[in-house]
Amino acid sequence: MFWQQLLNGVALGSTYALIALGYTMVYGIITLINFAHGEIFMAGAFTGLCLVSYFKTNIFVAILAAMVVCMILGVVMEFIAYRPLRRSSRLSALISAIGVSIFLSSLALMIFGADAKGFPDTSFPVRLIRVGSAEISTLQLLIIGISALLMLALQFIVQKTKIGKAMRATSEDYNTAALMGINVNRIISFTFAIGSALAAAGGVLVGVLFNAVSFNMGLMAGLKAFAAAVLGGIGSIPGAMLGGLLLGISEVFGVAIGYSSYRDAIAFAILVLVLLIRPTGLLGKKIVKKV
Amino acid sequence: MGNFLQSLVGGIDPYLMQILVNIGIGIILAQGLNVIVGFAGQLSLGHAAFVSIGAFTSALLTIRTGLPFSLNVVASGAFAALVAVLIGFPILRLTGDYLAICTLGFAEIVKVFLLNFEPTNKALGLTIPGAHTDIPMPIYVLGLAILSILLVSSVNSSRFGRALKAIREDEIAAESMGIYATGYKVQAFALGSFLAGVGGALYAHFLGYINPSDFGFMKSVDILCMVVLGGLGSVPGTVIGAAVLASAPEFLRFMAQYRMLVYGALLVFLMVFRPNGLLGGVNMVAVLLKVLGKKPSGAALKKNREGRG
Repeated sequence: MFWQQLLNGVALGSTYALIALGYTMVYGIITLINFAHGEIFMAGAFTGLCLVSYFKTNIFVAILAAMVVCMILGVVMEFIAYRPLRRSSRLSALISAIGVSIFLSSLALMIFGADAKGFPDTSFPVRLIRVGSAEISTLQLLIIGISALLMLALQFIVQKTKIGKAMRATSEDYNTAALMGINVNRIISFTFAIGSALAAAGGVLVGVLFNAVSFNMGLMAGLKAFAAAVLGGIGSIPGAMLGGLLLGISEVFGVAIGYSSYRDAIAFAILVLVLLIRPTGLLGKKIVKKV
Repeated sequence: MGNFLQSLVGGIDPYLMQILVNIGIGIILAQGLNVIVGFAGQLSLGHAAFVSIGAFTSALLTIRTGLPFSLNVVASGAFAALVAVLIGFPILRLTGDYLAICTLGFAEIVKVFLLNFEPTNKALGLTIPGAHTDIPMPIYVLGLAILSILLVSSVNSSRFGRALKAIREDEIAAESMGIYATGYKVQAFALGSFLAGVGGALYAHFLGYINPSDFGFMKSVDILCMVVLGGLGSVPGTVIGAAVLASAPEFLRFMAQYRMLVYGALLVFLMVFRPNGLLGGVNMVAVLLKVLGKKPSGAALKKNREGRG
């Protein structure tokens, strides 16, 4: 029972982590809480759904295509709604992000209607594999596998490539990075592209896992992923992964011991408690403020 | 008195009256949040939680006791403020976005708690009988809206208000000047939540039905948009922001299903073209003098610069 729940928690948590990475990377670079990120996740889920149900594509192709579509969506969104606000107060950018989020979710409501849509059964053959006392479904393996793969790829890009180095420099100090000849605008677009691609992959995976894709799925998932990013220490990439896994696991265990009607509160209760003890999250850097 | 006011309200088109009441409640809620976000600079994403606490407190008071409505409103506001103080002391030590997510988390917890709370009928929500008062609800709302504007403008120019703005500009510098930052922040939080509780009580009795799900994240966002749209920290700006956003759904009604789409796009474009809000950075006294055809005097300018501060 314990291992079974732990496994369910890891599968759910890795999707939270995928979304949380987008929040944390964008925040690390331009200190903006990108509230429209949850809607990018929703857009990814819908793109995957359309491909699988209308074009009968393979689930892997659908994930890749959703990632590409959302990359473009993320970059366009940044260009229209956030770039003009780069120099104004952070709250204005926050409201602009909320505007984008309302826009995208009502657009999805208009196009796809209010009821949740499911993936066709043929999209991914689910089989159960017995390991000891736990049963692993192939779907959970797919989710954990793809998430792990994407996170490794992200870690490689950020740590080993030139553009990743530029990203780290920009998040360290925006102005100095610009003075060193880094094209900061391009780095920001790139960050939005990567974050959106991860969210899109998460969207398709969650869509298959719960077999439900709806116009408002971005709101709660986005809030929880944001909570995960903050829990791990916002701006920290390993922190987002850790935070996502922790929230997913604790949510699954909370439901398992009978608090299912408090499901959505569990993540936030843990977040509030952790922040009271460690005000900058688990892996967050301690902020030293100078006058 | 009661009859006279009743006939006065009855003379106005009920549809227009409803919009006016929405604006009035919007003003009370937004002024409360203006104290927290605009004056003290503490980003709260959970204002709706205090609105719901006020709304459910006042609903229970009306249903279970015979408390006159005027006392009921005060008690609901005071209870919301008490909760704000209790959670304010631990969480207001957090800064910036950590505080924002904490308030958001608190609001979610309050919502889920109320959805599972027996005395408030769980997820079914509460139906509220008429308030224990002769004065019609719209008069109450508009009167309290005006009172809240007066209250917040007097805070704006008080010692308390200046301390809050000092904290907003630079917390460490303010503390080194002898301002007890946490104490002032908790007071600002309590004052804002008091107004939220009052607004919630009015909302509950005007609508006659409340449900915990009505006070979710989007409600907090609505109120925050009113404050930022009007211009952070600006009292007249907040009134205009509340008036625009509370009536926008009605004006946009002709677009039917495109309504929210346009609302979202509108928020983005307003922010892109007026990043400091509609009245942010506008010198109200100078504008007024210009309209009257007078040159602003030095004293008026200086006074206003402080007021806007």
